[in-house]
Amino acid sequence: MLEIKNLHVAVDGKEILKGVNLHVRPGEVHAIMGPNGSGKSTLANVLAGRDGYVVTKGEINYLGRDLTTLEPEERAREGVFLAFQYPVEIPGVNNIYLLKAALNAIRKHRGQPELDAVEFLALVRDRMGLVKMPEDFMSRSVNEGFSGGEKKRNEIFQLAVLEPRLAILDETDSGLDIDALRVVADGVNSLRNPERSLVLVTHYQRLLDYIIPDQVHVLSDGRILKSGGKELALELEARGYDWVRAAAA
Amino acid sequence: MSDPAVHEFLESWRGVTPVPGAPWFAPQRAAARQAFQARGFPTLHDEDWKYTDVRPIASRRFGSGTETGVDAGLTAAASFSAAGAHELLFLNGQFATAADPAPALPAGVIVMPMSRADARQNESLAAHLGRYADINKHGFLALNTALAGDGALIFIPDNVEVTIPVSLLFASAAGPQPTGTCPRNLIILGRNAAATVIECYTGTDDGEYLTNAVTEVRLGAGARLEHYRLQQEGKRAYHLGNLSVQQDQDSRLVSHAFALGGALARNEIDVRLAARGAQAVLNGLYVAGERQHLDNHTRIDHEQPHTTSAEHYRGVLTGRARAVFNGKVVVHKDAQKSDARQVNANLLLSDDAEVDTKPELEIYADDVKCSHGATIGRLDDNMLFYLRTRAIPAAVARSLLIYAFAEEVIQPIGFAPIRARLEQRVLGRLPDAEVIREFVQ
Ligand SMILES: Nc1ncnc2c1ncn2[C@@H]1O[C@H](COP(=O)(O)OP(=O)(O)OP(=O)(O)O)[C@@H](O)[C@H]1O
Ligand SMILES: [Mg+2]
Repeated sequence: MLEIKNLHVAVDGKEILKGVNLHVRPGEVHAIMGPNGSGKSTLANVLAGRDGYVVTKGEINYLGRDLTTLEPEERAREGVFLAFQYPVEIPGVNNIYLLKAALNAIRKHRGQPELDAVEFLALVRDRMGLVKMPEDFMSRSVNEGFSGGEKKRNEIFQLAVLEPRLAILDETDSGLDIDALRVVADGVNSLRNPERSLVLVTHYQRLLDYIIPDQVHVLSDGRILKSGGKELALELEARGYDWVRAAAA
Repeated sequence: MSDPAVHEFLESWRGVTPVPGAPWFAPQRAAARQAFQARGFPTLHDEDWKYTDVRPIASRRFGSGTETGVDAGLTAAASFSAAGAHELLFLNGQFATAADPAPALPAGVIVMPMSRADARQNESLAAHLGRYADINKHGFLALNTALAGDGALIFIPDNVEVTIPVSLLFASAAGPQPTGTCPRNLIILGRNAAATVIECYTGTDDGEYLTNAVTEVRLGAGARLEHYRLQQEGKRAYHLGNLSVQQDQDSRLVSHAFALGGALARNEIDVRLAARGAQAVLNGLYVAGERQHLDNHTRIDHEQPHTTSAEHYRGVLTGRARAVFNGKVVVHKDAQKSDARQVNANLLLSDDAEVDTKPELEIYADDVKCSHGATIGRLDDNMLFYLRTRAIPAAVARSLLIYAFAEEVIQPIGFAPIRARLEQRVLGRLPDAEVIREFVQ
């Protein structure tokens, strides 16, 4: 599904990622943990195609093609989805119309018929139930006035509607209350299938109690220093990152 | 110090026969003519005109356009009569009888061209005309009074609520030579009266013409006026529009000013909150492209306690366009417990576009709430990226964000056909308009 080899990325001339290797197979869940500023969001952004994130070396292979040649909207149509660490508020752009346009663009690209208003609404209702999203959120502008946790929930709601092949969740658990974390994790789990891969960026082991990862990676100073099974997250929780860095040095 | 050029400008003016022509107005006219001759046109040295150079107007001689026919398609496109409004149509400054009868208005309500005022109606006119617009403010106001042509007289008696919108449509057709009009309107609302008035200015793109319009408004105690000014003049037009309002106790003005057309245009609103509890809401949008110059000057005087004003103007600029926003708020010393809020936001879409924004607050009372904020920005990269990660193509995402920016001041429009027209006019200028329309329907 996703194969990242020796990826180097610079932002504003500063090298942030310094040789990342990552191999995610269909259906797998990979967790990426690591200290603040280690480059986790940079990795998420470069996968989504953000301007100004320059791949200086290495490659990103997605479903057998070079992802870096695609524009962000093309990646989205190819099934890449980024749930943002800090979802932006977009006053004046309606949540539900954005979602409808997004879904229909993706469906059209896949050669599926566009959904009409009735079919779309039925899908939206179903997926709103999945993440327990209040209905009035739909008539509002994208994320405008949403609380921190509501914004995160909205990202997962979009994920549930758009059904991507590869979803990157950048700290979706941060800012969620205990109940909301449960709801969001259940929602994500119900979307897991053998064709869909997830990359979870998180600081907390707790999320991984709910969404069991196949692999856990430690990203530090732009490199993956250690990879392991879900027990690695428990060890990190108990011991912090210093021992990983010390072992890698 | 009468400038020969000013004298020549006046002598060559061939606007329509001055209306109102009643003898009572003659002294005002003469005084205004003198004021104009003394002052001349504003120059870049005048603080209020330092960003707007009116020499192109001052150096031209404007003749009459009355012989030139105005295309029916032009007026039909700008008309709100099909949308149910009671409309008065002025072609090249002259009142033109509408083809279809306008919907009937409540008894006692007067909506008519000034040129048709009878003796009794002239009395109402005489009591108000020239009282609210100050000819000493600048040359164009004096010029309007000196040369005032036809316009509407709107009189709503006490306690009458007019639910049918009144539309005043001014259409100009440019001839081979520049033409000019000085429309003059008067809107009087009695105690607790309510009305919606739309002023729309339009014209042909193929030649130069000048519209120098003044509308005076008096709102009685508790009166409510929703006022729309749609400036959609032709591409080569010069437009000056002044709205001068005086408000009595607890009256409420909601003004929407949209500046879309013209080569050089200025929208001016002067509001006097002259009695306790008077409220004014001023919404505005200017969309300028190519080499357009759009100027917005508003002044709100809080003269008495507990008066409130809320102003929100937005501008979208492309090409080499230039815009000006100057919002002056004066809180007089007796105006305790007043509340004045002002926001001006600008979206610059090209490196060559320019905007000068200037809030001006003068506060002489100590117990008041005043706030203002002005922003000049480009499209937000974070928003663009977010939309693109949701499969929206870059060009559509851009248009969508531009539209969403303008929508903030289009959305509060109460009369739906105007909202539709604005959406169409703003969307129509954007690439991928059809796709965006899907979003906003
Ligand atoms: N435009 C930029 N110019 C220079 N440095 C940048 C720029 N953008 C990001 N960085 C730096 O890149 C590093 C990695 O940032 P990134 O957001 O990827 O970290 P992160 O691992 O997601 O951290 P967190 O856990 O706090 O979310 C940080 O040190 C950050 O300051
Ligand atoms: Mg981050």
